[in-house]
Amino acid sequence: MLKFFIRGILRDRQRSLLPIIVITIGVTIVVLLQTYLTGVFGDMIDFNAKFSTGHVKVMSQAYYENMDQIPNDLALLETGELMNEIQKQYPDMNWSERISFGGLVDAPDENGETKAQGPAAGMAIDMISENSVEIERLNLEKSLVKGEIPKNSNEVLLSDDFATKLKISPGDQVTLIGSTMYGAMSITNFTVSGTIKFGVMALDRGGIIADISGVREALDMQDATGEILGYFSDNSYDDLKAIEISTYFNEIHSDSTDVFSPTMVPLREMNNLGSMLDLIGSFSGIMIFIFVFAMSIVLWNGGLLGGLRRYGEMGLRLAIGERKGHIYRSLISESIIIGIIGSIVGTAIALFFSSLLEKGIDMSGVMQESSMMMSPVFRAEITPTAYYIGFIPGLLATIVGTALAGIGIYKRQTAELFKELGA
Amino acid sequence: MNNKTIITINNLAKRFPIGGGEFTALKNINLKFEAGEFAGLVGPSGSGKTTMLNIIGSLDNPSDGDVTLLGTSIKKINPKRASSLRKHHIGFIFQTYNLMPVYTVYENVEFPLLLLKKSAAERRKAVLDALEWVGLMDKIKSKPKQLSGGESQRVAIARAMVKRPELVLADEPTANLDKENSYHILDTMVKLNKELNTTFLFATHDDKVIKYLNRIIRLEDGKVVADDIIKK
Ligand SMILES: Nc1ncnc2c1ncn2[C@@H]1O[C@H](COP(=O)(O)OP(=O)(O)OP(=O)(O)O)[C@@H](O)[C@H]1O
Ligand SMILES: [Mg+2]
Repeated sequence: MLKFFIRGILRDRQRSLLPIIVITIGVTIVVLLQTYLTGVFGDMIDFNAKFSTGHVKVMSQAYYENMDQIPNDLALLETGELMNEIQKQYPDMNWSERISFGGLVDAPDENGETKAQGPAAGMAIDMISENSVEIERLNLEKSLVKGEIPKNSNEVLLSDDFATKLKISPGDQVTLIGSTMYGAMSITNFTVSGTIKFGVMALDRGGIIADISGVREALDMQDATGEILGYFSDNSYDDLKAIEISTYFNEIHSDSTDVFSPTMVPLREMNNLGSMLDLIGSFSGIMIFIFVFAMSIVLWNGGLLGGLRRYGEMGLRLAIGERKGHIYRSLISESIIIGIIGSIVGTAIALFFSSLLEKGIDMSGVMQESSMMMSPVFRAEITPTAYYIGFIPGLLATIVGTALAGIGIYKRQTAELFKELGA
Repeated sequence: MNNKTIITINNLAKRFPIGGGEFTALKNINLKFEAGEFAGLVGPSGSGKTTMLNIIGSLDNPSDGDVTLLGTSIKKINPKRASSLRKHHIGFIFQTYNLMPVYTVYENVEFPLLLLKKSAAERRKAVLDALEWVGLMDKIKSKPKQLSGGESQRVAIARAMVKRPELVLADEPTANLDKENSYHILDTMVKLNKELNTTFLFATHDDKVIKYLNRIIRLEDGKVVADDIIKK
């Protein structure tokens, strides 16, 4: 019997083509949006994680509360021990110490007089130890414009724009004027080993990346660190896991009476990323709802028109002895088959375009003016979700549309349907 | 010939609501049909022929009185029982829209057997037999729109006959058919009536059909005005 109806669908273009086209278009859009937004949002999250928040971040409680002021006077102490402990406790995660710092960068001329200077936003990371993963994590090699990655603790990378402004080239000296962890003035000379492009306006204006050992020395932060960033081994953020790890860590290590005790904070609680994560979590649902709604209405009307065209067939089938409920169910079965066909075609089309978009559209030209922390490339990301998400609106919409149209047909009296035969 | 009564009509009336009032399409009908009859409801347009066939075929309800079909009261029947009755015991042939356009001749004839959940082998044999009766073995794979009007009607007869029902209700089966085709399908039906003892009840005003009938029931304005057995 099912075979009989499938044959009917395949042969009756008018019955199947419009709904298949509607579903294919809808599903294509849903899946494309899904992969595209997953890619874009995923990149934003990823960029934030790599650059600033980690998947989780350990700080002193006081530091966390004043994080935007980069309060190194509130840094974690005895971090060598803490790092050992954390690494032992979470061996499958990657942990990196970082120090954020601010200050004035001064470029001296050959006489040691100030040639130019500007405010700097600095980040100290591990660049020179053998097993450092930070260079790769921050994609420094590729961002390099001139020169090379620092090999010594007294070498730094400057943002290329900043270096141009200060008229500095790789090999030149700069002086960082800042304050130590204890509030004393700190003046340290660094050699600029290379310049880089961040792709983020705020950092390109005055960014400086230094090795953490050099900065420790400069800011008098021996065995101290501003932040310890933790990354999951597969490099992708898992919100639930991050929350779970943080909660557990804080139960053991945090002491509410000690503002210097360490606290672990998941990515969602930094840089407003929580609302972005929630948006990612809900956009699929919202999108599915909208498309189910819109496609259902189209298919409902299509179904009614199709049903009118098929009154003769319905009456005939009733007369031959098919039950109304059976006819209704056969309409629904037809719609499921149509929904599946449309969803498969739509998903295939969308995955094809998504796979092209996985490489990304380079928006670096357009993004010049934005100060958002994101990579200048918009790309789609195909996650397992992309393979099934289109089927939800695809199937729901056909079933709902057909069910509504079918009720119109079902409600008619047998004799009235039958009457259509005489018409 | 078997004399079992298969249709009993008692005091049947049918009224349709129209506008504010009612229109009486059938009134005070009392008839009996026996197995193997080749009978016809004959009368002018609007006399109530189709209405009566519909009620006998359990596609519509009586307003008054009752029809007993194969021992089942049409008045009290529920939809489930009605479709079962139609499915197992009644074959319909309509004036128009007899065939489902997307299906082949073979599939159209097969459909009633699918509803009866017959096995593939049983279906195949029965469909080929039925197409043989109506002489359409060469059109098995054709679609309805590739058939002439007469061929379509013959497919409809095959479809009505394929499950070998006790009763075939045929509403103007020769409308739109030329003489030659009309006689061809009527000959086919007479043959089936004789071979299988199937009861045929026609609604018609076509003289070509009337010539073939063994019993002519004349309807006028919803009333039976004559009921004649034709001896042949
Ligand atoms: N559903 C309905 N509502 C109102 N009136 C109806 C309905 N069905 C039939 N009638 C009326 O009942 C009368 C009998 O109709 P019916 O279809 O039985 O006639 P008929 O004898 O088959 O005519 P024809 O030869 O034209 O097919 C007609 O006057 C028709 O208008
Ligand atoms: Mg009629």
